[in-house]
Amino acid sequence: MKEFALLFRQPSYDYSKTSKEEMQALQKKWQNWTASIAAQGKFVSNGVRLVADGKVLKAGGVITDGPFVEIREMLGSFIIVKADSLEDATTLAHGCPALDAGGSVEIRPIFG
Amino acid sequence: MMQEFELIPNLFRQEFSKMVAVISKLYGLQHIEIAEDIVSETFLQAAETWKQKGTPLNPIAWLYTVAKQKTLYHFRRNKILTEKVIPELQSNLKATNEVNEVNFSTENIKDSQLQMMFAVCNPAIASEAQIGLALRILCGFGIDEIADAFLSNKETINKRLFRAKEKLREEKIKMEMPDEKQINKRLDNVLHIIYLLFSEGYYSKTQNQILRKDLCLEAMRLGIMLSENQRTNQPKTNALIALMCFHSSRFNARQTSENDFVLYEKQNDKLWDKDLINKGLQFLNLSAKGDEITSYHLEARIASLHCTKEHTDEKWEEILQLYNQLLLINYSPSIALNRTFALYKACGNEIALTEAKKLKLENNHLYFLLLGELYKNADSKKAKEHFKTAFSLAKTATEKQGIQEKINSLA
Repeated sequence: MKEFALLFRQPSYDYSKTSKEEMQALQKKWQNWTASIAAQGKFVSNGVRLVADGKVLKAGGVITDGPFVEIREMLGSFIIVKADSLEDATTLAHGCPALDAGGSVEIRPIFG
Repeated sequence: MMQEFELIPNLFRQEFSKMVAVISKLYGLQHIEIAEDIVSETFLQAAETWKQKGTPLNPIAWLYTVAKQKTLYHFRRNKILTEKVIPELQSNLKATNEVNEVNFSTENIKDSQLQMMFAVCNPAIASEAQIGLALRILCGFGIDEIADAFLSNKETINKRLFRAKEKLREEKIKMEMPDEKQINKRLDNVLHIIYLLFSEGYYSKTQNQILRKDLCLEAMRLGIMLSENQRTNQPKTNALIALMCFHSSRFNARQTSENDFVLYEKQNDKLWDKDLINKGLQFLNLSAKGDEITSYHLEARIASLHCTKEHTDEKWEEILQLYNQLLLINYSPSIALNRTFALYKACGNEIALTEAKKLKLENNHLYFLLLGELYKNADSKKAKEHFKTAFSLAKTATEKQGIQEKINSLA
């Protein structure tokens, strides 16, 4: 089996108005979804979770407070899975909670 | 008379590992076979002498005295002493300033046993041999008992132990506590071997119930020994002990087919050992420290929830979350199946069925047992098909019988 990165992008990571209960429910949703991949023996590792705020350095030394206003979705985090093919890995991405948040999952093979 | 008859085997189990550890500590792990021989001879002499002259007032002191004499005699007489041991001993002695005498004090026994545990659980030895060696050297099991536990024969076990001891020599493994930097990682190895020992007993292939229980008790004893030392008494150590307590509490209630999430519900909870459950809860509390969550923590928590057998939604929801986390730490088909069963209990059979179909564990009878269970209320024809597949894949007669009952109950 080959390894793939599933990259999660969402339009927003602003949870300031989300209640504690909703946060817990969301966390469970993510856990259930990753565990579903792990139950198939296809989970490799958790990537890092990125904090929403950051800086961007562009050519010419321009520094901005993030790319987030310019692209519709921003990268939040990723996981590594293993699958027989790109199609198989894409199947694993179904049901990802990022999709419910209006986001997307990008499936990219890893060199190796 | 009956007591006399059982005294020596009991003492052997209890004292063998202590004496071997102390003697090996003194003369070096490369002479571990000599240590074993000396202790075995001591017990042989005890059997003969006690039969003629009666059991001494303090049998353990008698054993220690005789073992001490035999050890000194052996190493004095043997060329090993002059050719091999003394040069090493002198360097050892300089370092530790220890007296060249067998010291069976409680403290030295504990230290030696702990060091022996780290030596035997050294990752350099292959794990199958390691469990055998642990059973022999740390738990004082006889070769025939070990063979029985592995459903193997004496020759195979002897060969395995021989190779493991060779490895101890080749890798120049010493009896010493790992240093501060290494202890955490090395402790993981020791805990893992104890976990395997326990599982070997709990899910053993052998039908010998007494032996299985002994294996579990010995694993628990080793765990508790680790908890009595400040350096090895870590949250994960306590988590492992808690896990073993909870599982052991159900030892008497278990039916034929263990490791079986479906039949679990049929257990008679009146047979559960309440003392062990309470002990488990104590250790579980102690394990809730630090920032490391190990698989032992998660498994212990799951087992504790199973011990409080009220089937509430919250309970299954929590069990599901724990299995979810467990799967991310280490995957096994059994955890995947248990997780799907918890999903069924927490979220209903429709969601669980979708997930179950993704598992594709086509060679595992428990997989089809689970599928049958999930279809039971929705489509009894399909349920029957799956139970029948489970029946054909099941390996033991008792398992087949349990599955047959399920087929019959479908009508």
